[in-house]
Amino acid sequence: MTKLTPVLSAHWDEKDSFTIEGYKRVGGYKAVTKALTMEPDAVIQMIKDSGLRGRGGAGFPTGSKWGFIPQGDNKEHYLVVNADESEPGTCKDMPLLMANPHVLIEGIIIGSYAIRANHAFIYLRGEVVHVFRRVQQAIEDAYKAGLLGKNIGGKGYDLELTLHAGAGAYICGEETALLDSLEGFRGQPRLRPPFPAIAGLYAKPTVVNNVESIASVPAIINNGIEWFQEMGTEKSKGFTLYSLSGHVNNPGQFEAPLGITLREILELAGGIREGHQLKFWTPGGSSTPLFTDQHLDIPLDYEGVSAAGSMLGTKALQIFDETTCVVRAVLRWSEFYKHESCGKCTPCREGTWWLVQMLHDLEAGKGTEADLAKLLDLCDNIAGRSFCALADGAVAPIISSLKYFRDEYLEHQRNGGCPFDRVASTIFKTVGV
Amino acid sequence: MKFTSEQLKIMDSIISRYPRSRSAIMPLLHYVQAIDGYVTERGIETIAEILNLATAEVTAVSSFYTQYRSEPAGEYHVGVCINTLCAVMGGDEIYESLTDHLGIENHETTKDGKVSIERIECNAACDYAPVVMVNWEFYDNQTPQSVKDLVDSARAGNPRPPTRGPSKLRTWKENSEVLAGLNDGLAHEGVSAGSASLLGLQISKNGGRQ
Amino acid sequence: MTPEQALLETEVAIEMITVVIDGFEVTVPKGTLVIRAAEKLGIQIPRFCDHPLLKPAGACRQCLVDIEINGRAFPKPQASCTIPVENNMIVKTQLTSTVAEKAQEGIMEFLLINHPLDCAVCDKGGECPLQNQAMSTGRPESRFEGVKRTFEKPISISSQVLLDRERCVLCARCTRFSEEIAGDPFITLNERGALQQVGIYEKDPFESYYSGNTVQICPVGALTGTSYRFRARPFDLVSIDSACEHCASGCAMRTDIRRGKTLRRLAGDDPSVNEEWNCDKGRWAFKYLTNRERVTTPMIRGADGELHETSWPEAIAFAAAGLKDKRAGVLVGGRTTVEDAYGYSKFARVALGTNDIDFRARPHSDEETSFLSRVALNLKTTYKDIDVADQVVLLGFEPEEESPIVFLRIYKQVSKRALPVLSDAPFASRGSEKLGAVLISDLSKIANLTTKSVVIVGERLAETRGAFSSVYELINKSGAKLAWIPRRSGEPGALAAGAIPTLLPGGRPVTDPAARVDVAAAWSVESLPTSQGRSTSEILLALNVKNLDAVVIGGVDPLDISSTALTQLLNSFVVSLEISHSAITAVADVVLPVAAVIEKSGSYLDWQGSPRVFEKAIADSLSRSDVRILSMLADEMGSPINLPTVSATAREIASLGKWDGTPVAFEKSVSEKITELGEKLNLKSWRLLLDLGTLQGGEANLAGTARKASAHISKARAEKIGVKSGELISISSELGSLELPVEICEMADDLIWVPRNSIGSQVIANLGFVNGQVKVIKA
Repeated sequence: MTKLTPVLSAHWDEKDSFTIEGYKRVGGYKAVTKALTMEPDAVIQMIKDSGLRGRGGAGFPTGSKWGFIPQGDNKEHYLVVNADESEPGTCKDMPLLMANPHVLIEGIIIGSYAIRANHAFIYLRGEVVHVFRRVQQAIEDAYKAGLLGKNIGGKGYDLELTLHAGAGAYICGEETALLDSLEGFRGQPRLRPPFPAIAGLYAKPTVVNNVESIASVPAIINNGIEWFQEMGTEKSKGFTLYSLSGHVNNPGQFEAPLGITLREILELAGGIREGHQLKFWTPGGSSTPLFTDQHLDIPLDYEGVSAAGSMLGTKALQIFDETTCVVRAVLRWSEFYKHESCGKCTPCREGTWWLVQMLHDLEAGKGTEADLAKLLDLCDNIAGRSFCALADGAVAPIISSLKYFRDEYLEHQRNGGCPFDRVASTIFKTVGV
Repeated sequence: MKFTSEQLKIMDSIISRYPRSRSAIMPLLHYVQAIDGYVTERGIETIAEILNLATAEVTAVSSFYTQYRSEPAGEYHVGVCINTLCAVMGGDEIYESLTDHLGIENHETTKDGKVSIERIECNAACDYAPVVMVNWEFYDNQTPQSVKDLVDSARAGNPRPPTRGPSKLRTWKENSEVLAGLNDGLAHEGVSAGSASLLGLQISKNGGRQ
Repeated sequence: MTPEQALLETEVAIEMITVVIDGFEVTVPKGTLVIRAAEKLGIQIPRFCDHPLLKPAGACRQCLVDIEINGRAFPKPQASCTIPVENNMIVKTQLTSTVAEKAQEGIMEFLLINHPLDCAVCDKGGECPLQNQAMSTGRPESRFEGVKRTFEKPISISSQVLLDRERCVLCARCTRFSEEIAGDPFITLNERGALQQVGIYEKDPFESYYSGNTVQICPVGALTGTSYRFRARPFDLVSIDSACEHCASGCAMRTDIRRGKTLRRLAGDDPSVNEEWNCDKGRWAFKYLTNRERVTTPMIRGADGELHETSWPEAIAFAAAGLKDKRAGVLVGGRTTVEDAYGYSKFARVALGTNDIDFRARPHSDEETSFLSRVALNLKTTYKDIDVADQVVLLGFEPEEESPIVFLRIYKQVSKRALPVLSDAPFASRGSEKLGAVLISDLSKIANLTTKSVVIVGERLAETRGAFSSVYELINKSGAKLAWIPRRSGEPGALAAGAIPTLLPGGRPVTDPAARVDVAAAWSVESLPTSQGRSTSEILLALNVKNLDAVVIGGVDPLDISSTALTQLLNSFVVSLEISHSAITAVADVVLPVAAVIEKSGSYLDWQGSPRVFEKAIADSLSRSDVRILSMLADEMGSPINLPTVSATAREIASLGKWDGTPVAFEKSVSEKITELGEKLNLKSWRLLLDLGTLQGGEANLAGTARKASAHISKARAEKIGVKSGELISISSELGSLELPVEICEMADDLIWVPRNSIGSQVIANLGFVNGQVKVIKA
């Protein structure tokens, strides 16, 4: 039985965990001191060697990303933290920032130092005002404590940190769209090449990392590579936050080594709600193909989930029991993608418009089996043909739900509408209105 | 009516946070909303002038993002998450009951200007579903009844506080000012983390049991 | 080392790459996009957002192809408009890859689901890339059974451009062009997702001088011209290559004609001049061709003082009688073709025996005459020199207003590599701001001129005494490239044709005996007048005091020259060759109607000196070119010039060729001493691109986008006068006054700038001069 490994969340239960005093009391800002005594390239090497992979969904090795920045080029470098957490089901970065914004700041200082950046940004989604308050106050306090600004720790290293609020656009979680948004343009993805490491923010070498990735850095610096690699699997090292939500008895954040299974997490969390069974779930948010009760023992690391036909993504475990209509769930996700499509490319912009209309009809029991084939064909014309991966995420629920629950679609047609009782899937049924 | 010189000074200070001035367009739009309640003509024209952009370049940005409004929000802007997980868990029921209760639909405001509602997308609090945001503060674990109580209390001038936020709910405009980067000093209020966020930690401390 | 050797040394070796597309090999320069390489093989990959002159977008996804490099295939089809060729690349388009074919078909199906079935009423029908590519690439039937998104349509985004948002395929060519090429981001994409749409900020319509290009490059009928809406189908139209008659940029053009009438004009494709762009004036200002004031038959002023229609023989006889053996001058105007200018030039010398001929219908000076004769014809500066310039200096020249295509050329380098630009303008116009031009108050501020620098002087440099001389010295010292860019299309050609008091055709000085012999022999005359002739202002003065008896006038507006020009020729015998009734025809003794540009063949020389030849577009036009009429007149006068047709004239010009003898020395002038101003201000002005110019008449939609006239003064001056931005001021001279709203900008306190010929601001008519001091008070 895999043991939980609270590292990032270790002190969230302390009332002042989000203050600089609270953070320092539990060892905060020690890693910065240590890192500033190292050569920047040594810091990069350490993170490379640790095997830390980006926690924003793609799982790209963080140290390698840092290493792509050309050094000695006499250009400004930037570190940009992607705090635009908006993938349906994903809810780990917001509580982290609310409970301990300083660990992110410490990670930012170390990461910026490593890549020789003197200005870093946090792009925080705008719909979380209290999180914004916490991060902003933490930044101000860090400046006051001499941890940001000029000559940090007396080591001659300068770093400005700017907090930037988004304004409601899921696409801005895509790194190049984030950069365009941060530059003051519409948040639409950019052509690559050039890659951000060469021409990112303001066309300068830039690293874009997820909150959790950067927040994991201080612990690695403090405790070392061996400690980090004791957790996780061969290719997916370390600890991470798994977000459990939905028809479980106890939804919440579970910090565990990569490779834990859903069965293990459910056991720790007290299982599916009484009298119900797991029907389908997402390993990494709505953009990752669905899993069913057949996948309870898949190790939840990048390789394991990929081998099982999905993606680990952001470890957003949305759990749905048998009271849930798959078609309804897929329709609602499709409406999300349509709403969030930036509009730049044809297949996503027009495709999501069409998919939603088709799914509406299918949910209402209209259409025939031929429409299911048409739906899949449209998905085939969208996936891999769009400008960015939003469209790929949009078709994932449709394709995977047809793979596992094709008959449910047909049931709607036979039934002339949805055969499920919506109220039964609410939590009010269990706790009362 | 132009913005006051004090307001323009604040706008300049916002611009100075960035290496390139155009980056300031997003916080400036939040700031305009904080003053005018939505993105007004004078907001667009002023931002265009101080950032040396065409007005069309400003509207291109302001019309792209959901939070920038072309009409005033209510004093209390209620967002009901209707993305799949929250919807299934009860968000759809909450939304229906709320629209019935207030007599307004998506993107509309009550006649007294107090409450506006919006169907919102995932707000990164799925372990607290069904989630409602008021002026973008967290109201976790809502039910149709609790949301009715919430909007009634707001209309009465004494809104129930957020579950994970400041002790007193502030107005939509006041919160917009925060998003523009103007610290209102309330970061110390509220819990560090809600119980769902602490679940794994507590189980771990209990030796693997809840 | 010879210049040729030097040129070869500086050329960079271009790496060539060979790729295989659909089984065929093609070799192209490194950096070529796959979609372009395919075109070289004649393979058309369908596309919408791609445009060879715009940065790749990869947005529409229509151009998806299968690509393999070094044996490794891309897992998904790629947008060929974003991928440059590489060695060992194998591309399979829709012709040889079923994956690419299905992908393209899928994209086309998606594009059509929200596209309205407007073809029957859409201007683009018949020449529409969406129609064409839907046929070549799409499914025969759409599977969409849902609801399309709709918008109110069309909406007017300027008085001359209409937007239909339903038809728009969001290729963003228009917004990218406006931002990248023109620097006028007045249209942008707004909203998100399927509701994304092109839009303006309502208070700031799409008033860019280049807006018409977006109509031309829009691949669907989303952007259409107001003046052309619902007027024609492409198959009604006959298209001809033509040349623009407005400015001296030299744009290639395509004119579309139906039953003898121009219905629209498009920019032609000439990479070395205008690429594929033109300006709105060139595109839309052609209504003058069919206005009611067109003169259709010759007219003679009778004893009753009125003009009466008459026959050609009568009119020619009457004109000849009034000119033969009289002392006459010739005012050519700035809009003749090369052939017509040559006709005036030969007519003056052979039929009138005079060198009193001038094409400048605008403020000018003797210093300018000397500059044009000595320097301007020997300049070899081209558009390419701007491309590689290390800095550009603009003197008496506002590119956006006076030569829009030159502006685009400079702006291209400014955007690409921050090409430094200097300007002697009194304030930063919109064009100057876009170029990031540094304003200089005098030539001493110009530094670091090299042989790669480009100095451009405009016609307005003539208004500052000593300026041409200073520039001449500057160029000689530095070896920088010099260009003379006048406002009007006919001026470079008229200069080359010798329609100026100091030169015969081909740059031959009238005072050089060898040059005269050369020409006399070619013209089969015994001799030619030996002394330098009179300039425009001198001709008018002479007419006024009866030192000249008669004048032959081409397309000239006296108010472009001075406020007294018209009265000066009132008591003379006036022969007017005009296309429309004008201030001149109103006082002329004979009016001989001439052909407008599409009614004759001919050529223009652009400011580079490069010719653009065009054929007669309207086959059965009865209009005759100026040169033909002058030839008839010369015959009648007994001094034939033998130029009965345009082609004969062109042949004669070619055989005469350019003079390679010793040119005349450039007579330098000394700068004027600045007089003490006191309370008065120095007036500055230039003509805006869209203003009250005669050739812009009759096109209200174009006029609707003209920049509004305002007077520019400094903040200090505004405070002194007691006016705020937008308030009215009165500007007066001894001769008159005008009232304009104020615009405050950074400029010298002793200057005031107004548009020279716009609504509410006709400087010569209202104030009597372009150069002088004015009194300015709050209105």
